[in-house]
Amino acid sequence: MSASNPLSASRKTFSQRLFLFLGSMDLAITLLLALAIASIIGTVLQQNQPYSDYLIKFGPFWFELFESAGLYDVYSAIWFLSILVLLVTSTSVCVTRNGPAMFRDMWNLRTHVQRKSLGAMRHNTMWSVESTAQATVTTLESTFSKLGFRVRQTPKTDEVLISAMRGGMNRLGYLLTHLAIVVICLGGLMDSNLPLKLAEWRGQIKVETQDLPLSKIPAASILAVGSQAFRGSVNIPEGQSSDVAFVAMRDGYLVQNLPFQVEVKDFRIEHYATGQPKSFESDLVVYDDDLAEPLTTTISVNHPLIYKGYAIYQASFSDGGSALSLEAWPLDSQAGKEPLSFDTKVFERRKMHWGDNTSQLEITAFRPFNINPDPTEDDPANVRNFGPSIGFKLRANTGEALEYQNYMLPVTRDGRDFYLSGVRTNPNDEFGYLYLPIDEQGELTGFSHFLQRLHDKKISEVIAREMTLATLNEVANTDQKLAQSLQDTLIKLVDMFVKGGFANVTTFIETTLPEAERDSLGPAYLSMLREILARVYVDGLNLAEQQSPTESQLMFLQDAVDAVGSLTRYGSPIYFMLTDYEHVQASGLQIAHSPGKPVVYFGCAMLIFGVFLLFYLPQRRFWALVKENGQQTDILLAGMSNRNPREFDGFFEEISEKLKHTKGNSSVR
Amino acid sequence: MNKIAGTMLTETSSSLVQWLWRSAMALVAIILISMYYDVFDYYEVGIVVLTAVGMALLGQNWPGIRWYIAVVGLLSLFAVDRYANDLSLANTDFFLSYMLASQSAVMWMSVLFVMAMVVYFAGLMFRSEFIQKVATALTWSGSAMGLVGLMVRWKESYLIGSDVGHIPVSNLYEVFILFAIITSILYLFYERRYQTRALGGFVLLVISSAVAFQLWYTFERHAHEIQPLVPALQSYWMKIHVPANFVGYGAFAMAAMIGVAYLLKSWRQSVKPEGILATTLPEMAVMDDLMYKSIALGFAFFTLATILGALWAAEAWGGYWSWDPKETWALIVWLNYAAWLHMRMTKGWHGRPMAWWAVIGLFVTIFAFLGVNMFLSGLHSYGTL
Ligand code: HEM
Repeated sequence: MSASNPLSASRKTFSQRLFLFLGSMDLAITLLLALAIASIIGTVLQQNQPYSDYLIKFGPFWFELFESAGLYDVYSAIWFLSILVLLVTSTSVCVTRNGPAMFRDMWNLRTHVQRKSLGAMRHNTMWSVESTAQATVTTLESTFSKLGFRVRQTPKTDEVLISAMRGGMNRLGYLLTHLAIVVICLGGLMDSNLPLKLAEWRGQIKVETQDLPLSKIPAASILAVGSQAFRGSVNIPEGQSSDVAFVAMRDGYLVQNLPFQVEVKDFRIEHYATGQPKSFESDLVVYDDDLAEPLTTTISVNHPLIYKGYAIYQASFSDGGSALSLEAWPLDSQAGKEPLSFDTKVFERRKMHWGDNTSQLEITAFRPFNINPDPTEDDPANVRNFGPSIGFKLRANTGEALEYQNYMLPVTRDGRDFYLSGVRTNPNDEFGYLYLPIDEQGELTGFSHFLQRLHDKKISEVIAREMTLATLNEVANTDQKLAQSLQDTLIKLVDMFVKGGFANVTTFIETTLPEAERDSLGPAYLSMLREILARVYVDGLNLAEQQSPTESQLMFLQDAVDAVGSLTRYGSPIYFMLTDYEHVQASGLQIAHSPGKPVVYFGCAMLIFGVFLLFYLPQRRFWALVKENGQQTDILLAGMSNRNPREFDGFFEEISEKLKHTKGNSSVR
Repeated sequence: MNKIAGTMLTETSSSLVQWLWRSAMALVAIILISMYYDVFDYYEVGIVVLTAVGMALLGQNWPGIRWYIAVVGLLSLFAVDRYANDLSLANTDFFLSYMLASQSAVMWMSVLFVMAMVVYFAGLMFRSEFIQKVATALTWSGSAMGLVGLMVRWKESYLIGSDVGHIPVSNLYEVFILFAIITSILYLFYERRYQTRALGGFVLLVISSAVAFQLWYTFERHAHEIQPLVPALQSYWMKIHVPANFVGYGAFAMAAMIGVAYLLKSWRQSVKPEGILATTLPEMAVMDDLMYKSIALGFAFFTLATILGALWAAEAWGGYWSWDPKETWALIVWLNYAAWLHMRMTKGWHGRPMAWWAVIGLFVTIFAFLGVNMFLSGLHSYGTL
């Protein structure tokens, strides 16, 4: 609005120039668009993800660059905020500059206009009436007021000017709209994490980046109860409570103390008949010394609890440390013979020792049911419940870990039942599965025995001797040396197989046997191995004389051999069988304190009122010059509107008609 | 009605009619509230009242909308009555399966709108007042069938299951219908106000595209199936936030199409001043004014909608502003039009550049409406494509 600019271009101090610049429309529009464009960034680049993800996505160079540009949290990046600040400044300057004029314009009836300027207006008309000027003035005035105009008459030298105005509040609209922007942004500032950033910058607080138990978190990362704004979250298992919330910040978090303690009694998921989730709700109890007795309530999505200005929302859910009973079945000779059972919880960690190795068992997940596509069906939409499962990690002292997923219920494959256990080295890989065959009693015992017999040197020696004798008898050979070497080879084969499966054996064949004999001896070795494995197993069945193993037993043998063969790839010395569980859920609460909220809402109200006034309450002014002229009175009517000129055409018609035809104004010509 | 295209029509209905209409609306509101007093909560009562007031205002000087509201109301009641309590009637009952079941009604809407567009353009071609009137009639009926479709769909959702029932503004399929209806009504309002039917084809073009997309969406993704609401959408805010938003979208879309007409005319005028477009389209000044009017309207309602959205977010996500992609794009759209308005109001820009800007504005808006759901992930839980 340079027109309304009071300062002549010539003598301007720097501050005046600055003021003009800040209030200039060009800057305003530039800022509006700049803000719009800057906002796009944060929508295409997912914000506040773990930094490791960004690093993987962009590689070290770009990662660094983007980080320094604050792109992982654009909306609180310094440069972004400064655009906002500039916009607010610009708006305030604009208001301070146009405000007073607009404000006056709301009331001022413009009583100083000259006949000339009225004549020059786009809308004007003249007519004459027979009544006296005085009478005319009064009727005109009353008609105007009837039509909802504010009216004032000003006597001029030989005529009377009637000024009328409607919709002066349009100007208020301008003021409200623009003040609203300032108010909203200030409110938003109150709720921003800027104070935290400052405190961190001053070194008063420190963002914690590794996840520690609450007791171990350093004081520098703990925020005292106060009036400050925050938006934190906390997972509370059923039956437990918390008096803190965790405020995520960049790649870490801060702990915000709460002035009360909130307990989750129960978390529920309700489902529609179709199976989709219908509601997530938590029964809460709030403990606070200020309360006569604890406050019990239920929150759900869209229905938070507001207590002392702290809002508690149902945000998510997770496992709350379900109680698990496990049986540890040894797969490695050093891991013992008998299965031992123990109780643990999800998220619990415990050291395991076998022989001279140790490793850490970390239970990571429990799922009461697994609705997965049925592998035996072609249609992936065809899902089936595979029952409960546990997820856990085995972490070696070196730090790297294998991830496992064990299903509680046996799965049937080609009519035989197996315990299923998935393993993978890398979270992004698919699971590779170990199928442990189940014996006729429906237990793992059969497999376990077979495995132990294979581990047992003495047994394999005995079996090897029997087998050697048998074979040599057939060829009627009694060469002791040959017998001995054959026996040794058999034992060696078994040993190699147990240590590394068939793969191990084949590599041995390929590395040790001379080229010439390999093709003839290789297969022979393998069939000998199968033979002795079978003997070890069958011998273990201790069948009666002449009785031969059943079909299903042979099947079992085959499955067992496959299983043993893949144990080295499985990598765990133990198979953990889930025998019993008690599912405990945790409710993910979001806890927010936003003192700026009322301010923002007030600003929003201003904005809505303002905008609608601005658009839909045109400011319309009329002037009537009443001049006595002989025995009749001449009237010059002129009008203007600050917007919607087109509508005003009609409106001016309407008003002038009304004025002309009200009794006492009716025209003679 | 004087017939000079572009002159403002400020005609008002007789005060008797006005009072009849207002009291009719009041009566309907009262009946509704007293019928459902025990199931309505405050917000629902509030919404009924607001709707009644809105309709009373809309209708007091606009005969067209009075008929529209009455017809839609009666047809919907009739359909609901046919349904009784048996959803399967949708395929067996004659009236339902061929006209009023939400699916059929929406199909009718689609056909009528596309026809309307064609006929509007035909009207331009043949410079025929009559043909254009037919187009207007088609638009009214398309819009009516659309709204009936939504109303009936509302009932159907309750027939599926009392806990499934919800107002049909909860997924892309439903809001596309809403968009078509609102845009057409906005257009019809200005068509009468500005005494010109010449722009109908252009506005109906954007509506028809929406309809086309929506048909694809229906057949490709079975989007028309009524799904129960996910917890995040079970909120009374949805009932007002979404419609407010679509008044905004509709108005912006209309502004953009008028912009297109404006650019076409100014181009044809320079090439072939006596050509059809150059002569039949309204004066530049009129289109310029219309463009401003609808962007202003859009901006006002978009402001309202965004604020309602913030209030909702404060309740559902734990903060009135989370810079979630949808939110942010709403802000971007809003800022863009704020800039547009300032350019015009205070820098007095007019004509071609503003028309171009209005067209670009539509693309920004479309991205905020669809693109975000397609390409960006966020908290907004409805309408993933
Ligand atoms: C986010 C920031 C802003 C918003 C949302 C906003 C909004 C608006 C709106 C909606 C109008 C009405 C436009 C119309 O009547 O067509 C308007 C008018 C105006 N704005 Fe802003 N504005 C903003 C910033 C500014 C700034 C920074 C300035 C100062 C340079 C400014 C100066 C004006 C002026 C002078 C008018 C004309 C008022 C009149 O004569 O009716 N605005 N603004």
